[in-house]
This record gives sequence, structure tokens and C-alpha cells, in this order.
Amino acid sequence: MRAERPGGAARAEPPAPREAIIEVRGLVNRFGSQVVHNGLDLDVYRGEVLGIVGGSGSGKSVLMRSIVGLNRPTAGSIKVLGVDVLNATEPEIEAVSRRWGVLFQHAALFSSLTVQQNVEAPLREVMHVVAPLRKALARLKISMAGLPPDACGKYPSELSGGMQKRAGLARALALDPAIVFLDEPTAGLDPIGADAFDQLIRELRGSLGLTVFMVTHDLDTLHAVCDRIAVLAHRKVIATGTMADMLKVRDPWVQEYFHGPRARAAMADG
Amino acid sequence: MGDATIPGAAVAIERTGAGARVVLSGDLSLVGVETIFTRLGEITGPGPIVVDGTGVSAFDTSGAWAIATLRRRLAAEGVEVRIEGLAPARAGLLETVEKSLPPDPVAPPATNGLIRWLEAFGTDVVTAWSTFTELLGLFGAVIVRVGEAFIHPSRLRFTSIVFHMQSAGLAAVPIASLMAFLIGVVLAYMGAVQLRQFGAEIFVVDLIAIAVLRELGILLTAIIVAGRSASAFTASIGSMKMREEIDAMRTLGLDPIRILVVPRVLALLIVLPLLGVVADLTGLLGGGVMAWLTLGVSPEMFIERLSDNIPVEHYLVGLIKAPFFALVIGLIGCHHGLKVEGNAESLGSLTSSSVVLAIFMVIVLDAIFAIFFATVGL
Repeated sequence: MRAERPGGAARAEPPAPREAIIEVRGLVNRFGSQVVHNGLDLDVYRGEVLGIVGGSGSGKSVLMRSIVGLNRPTAGSIKVLGVDVLNATEPEIEAVSRRWGVLFQHAALFSSLTVQQNVEAPLREVMHVVAPLRKALARLKISMAGLPPDACGKYPSELSGGMQKRAGLARALALDPAIVFLDEPTAGLDPIGADAFDQLIRELRGSLGLTVFMVTHDLDTLHAVCDRIAVLAHRKVIATGTMADMLKVRDPWVQEYFHGPRARAAMADG
Repeated sequence: MGDATIPGAAVAIERTGAGARVVLSGDLSLVGVETIFTRLGEITGPGPIVVDGTGVSAFDTSGAWAIATLRRRLAAEGVEVRIEGLAPARAGLLETVEKSLPPDPVAPPATNGLIRWLEAFGTDVVTAWSTFTELLGLFGAVIVRVGEAFIHPSRLRFTSIVFHMQSAGLAAVPIASLMAFLIGVVLAYMGAVQLRQFGAEIFVVDLIAIAVLRELGILLTAIIVAGRSASAFTASIGSMKMREEIDAMRTLGLDPIRILVVPRVLALLIVLPLLGVVADLTGLLGGGVMAWLTLGVSPEMFIERLSDNIPVEHYLVGLIKAPFFALVIGLIGCHHGLKVEGNAESLGSLTSSSVVLAIFMVIVLDAIFAIFFATVGL
């Protein structure tokens, strides 16, 4: 099903100088008495697709939200593109946040705006781009995200789940970010739609030179697009590496996750 | 021709014999492209045109878009455009962008203002008519459910009715009674100023009693309840509609009208007359206190005058309107909630229009009642 995978060779050996574009050190997240992260370390390298896996409640989304500044961690340091986002000044944060785009799990499109207006929003409000250029670039991004031109004038509620995700991706890509955060991008999509979305991410990563931070449960996606996988468990990142590396990890949860019937099926396809 | 000396990106156009050479340099990302894209739009044939990207420092999809649209526009005119000096990664990006460059949008045909206005007006008329028929439909549906409840009383959701009686009725007692008290005060004060000129101070009791009991007590209570409860009904049912909870109910064989609409409407039917009684009493109290303070009409005189001169019909005429107001407010609030679509905008606009329509309809009904009671001589 996912037979051809261009760039498969490049995935085996990531780009030689591994420049960390996101550095998380000693991250602690505590909500009341519940400790979600305790001393979590993670590096994301430029140009890679990193898949984050972990059981429900292991803090995958909290990690993502901490990095993009939606959740202030209890302790630790986070550097994105060399900026210490927890101690940076307002202008520094603004500058760095222009260089990332986020696709939320349910796309989080503005429901009262059309798809085109959604994509135009960051161009208009953040970069103050003039109208004709803004409209043209928004239509380009929508088309690059694989939506037909007639989707531009539609409202999010008129789109299917897969199309909403694509529209959300178009909005995340509006400012040509260096990093894209994807929260469960293929959740709720049918296998064909999920495959197409995987391929879209792979293509865009290649042509736009994106670094992708992806929270996912989809073993097919992990196998098809991720260069590296980081496993969250016991409040830490307990393992990172390629799919092949994951098979050798001794942790019982990792064993069960990557040796379960679904994992075997995903791998057999490759 | 010549250099565009704008910081960011720069375009230099050199005419060479047959064709032209377009030299791009600087920052060809979003910020830079904004400075040059009108200039690129001015480039015309004859070709061939060579675009030189050797001096480009930064390049993203906006830069690729600028080159791709230039090439497509000129290709349509039959001019060939060649790209030189782009790094392989950038050429790849350009290729991706050219592949997914959407067709130019077709501008909708221009219509003149009068036609647009007529169209909008027509839409409004049709919407108003369909809202009216939908409201009648909902009213019918509620009557059917209530009728069923006479046969199977267990189908009435008592807990829900009591809950809405509390939130729409009991919780409105302070604001409704304060409002009525103040209205009584205002009437007494204004009446006192006028009536003192004729030495007819005692008639202030008649003024307050008739105005409060017949009209203002129940009308203003209904307006307050319309503001509080019509909006609450629309918002709560509407947000359920938005999150497909209403659809979920239908698939489970639960009837949203029986579960959501009937308890709200019945609760209002019960509590609005009660609120009206409270408003009547506090209105008289406010008027009485003010009459005592400004005109020296003692409480004993006030009560005596009230019981001797004001027939109970005034009180009944006021109160009989309450259930009708309740019905209109409840039906409009629930109907607008059920009309909410999948976006936040529609929830907001329907909530505000449900309040406006409910208040408007309450006043229209009151006017109709005034004419009716005048005609039958009450």
C-alpha cells in the first residue's frame, strides 16, 4: 500500500551536521499533584520528521504545547531556533513564533471565516501583506495542501475531516515556517486519506525544507514519514531512533507498541 | 528599466536584443516579494526572457510563487521564460509551486447596487416568512408533546422543568422585583408632580395601580425574561446543535423537542405569571412608598383607595397576558437554538436575534392585547 517511498535512503542516515532546531532540557510539567513530565530531554534536528509516540496521558500534547508556548512548564529549558522561549522577550517570541506553524488535532480553523480567509489570517494580521499578494499566496498554499480551488470559499463546517486537516495545514504553512507541529494529523482520517496526508507531508517536507514535529498514534504514518521516533513514557523520553531501533528497545510498553499486530502489519506493507 | 532600489528584494531588467534578462537579487521571501511583485507584473515580451536568480539570498514559496506566476502569465502570451542560477533545492521548490499553482480566480460578475439591495430584501422577506412558519411548526410540535403527556404523564421531564423554573424564574426574582419597584417609584414621582397641580394627589394610587397591574408589571417582566432566558435557551440548545449533540439524540431515538424544548417552554409558562405577580406587588410597593414620602399618602390610605377604587379586572387583564408572552419567548429562544449551524458566528448572531425578536414579539402581542381589551370593554 505504501510501496514507493522516495527519500527512503535519506531517512536511514539523517543529514550529516545534526543541528538541533529544538532543544528541550530537563522539562518538568506538573498539574496539581499530577506530574506529566519529569526531567524530559529531547532534540529535534533540522530537516527531520520526528514522530512522538506514547500512551494516552503520557504528555505528548503537553510537550508540544510547552514548546509552542501554550503551556508554561514548571521547570526546564526549551530552545527553538536558538531562542530560549521560556526567558525570551516579547519581540523575540513573536519573531520565533512566525517560524513555526501548528496543525491542531481538530484543525482549529476559525469557524466564521472561509478557508481562504483562514489561510490569509496570519498573512494579514502578522505580516500585513497587501491584499492581492495575500490572496494569491493563500490560494497557492491551499492548492499545495491538496485542496481543490473551490474549497477556498467554503466554511470549515462545510468540509470533511480530511479536508479540514488540509486546510489547517495550509494555514500552518502560510508564513513558510521552518518547523511544523502536527498533533495527530491522521487521526480520524480513512486509510486512503491518511496515506494521502502522509504523502503530502513527505512532499512538503522535501520541497519546503520543513522540520516536522509530529504527535501521532498512526503506525503507518510513523513508518511512512518519520525519520526518527521518540517514545514518551514514565514522564520522560525513554527512547529515540528509527523504526528499526524501536524494535530493539527493551521497555515493555515499547515492545508491545512496536511488536503488536498493527505494528507488524504496518511494517509488512513497507 | 534599471534597478529597483528597495531594501529587501531587487529586480533589474536588461533588454538584450530580442529578449530580456530579469536579474533577481536579495531577499525573495514573503517580505521581499511584496516589494517587487507589482514590478514583476509589468514585465512583458517580446521573449525569450531569462530570469537570473543567482543573487537571491532568501527564497521561499512566495518567491517561487512570484516566478511561477510571471512564467505562467508570459507563457499565456506566448513568451518563453527560462530560469537560471537557482540552487537545486530552490528549483525543486519552484517546480512544486508551479505544479500546484491554482488557476486564476474568476471574478464574480458585477451586479448593480439596486439589484443587490432587492436581492437582500427578498432574502430577508423569505427568511422572515420561513421563521414564522417554523415557529408555528415548533408550536404545533410542542402541543403534540404536551398532549401526549396528558396520556402518559411519565413522558414529561419533571426534573428538567423544575431546573428551568429555577434558572429562568426563581433566579430572575431579584432583578424583576427591583425593576418593578423602581418603575413604581418613577410612576409615583411623576404622577405626584402632575396631580399636585390639581390638588388630586390621591389619584396617584389609581395611576400606579392601573399602570403597574395592567401593563408595566407584566410587560417589563416579560422583557427581562426575554433578555435572560431567550438568549440562554438559544445559546444552550445552539451549542448542543453545534457539537452534533442534537443529531446524537435523534439517532438514539430521543426526541429533542420533547427533551429540550417542552421543559423550557412549560417552565416559562409556569414561572412568568408568578414573576408577574411578584412584579405587580413590588411595583405597588415602590409606588406606595414614594406616594407616602412625596405626597403624604399613608399606607392605610393607599390600601383603602386600592381596594375601593381599583377593580380586580386590571390585575387579571395584566396577568392573563403572561402565558402568551412566555410561549412566545420560549418558542423563539428554542427555535433559534435549533437553527444554529456549525460555526461560532451563527451561534452569536442567532442568540442576539432571538433576544431582539422575543422582545419585539412581546411588545407586538401587548399592543394586540391592548386593542383587544379596549374593544371588549375591559
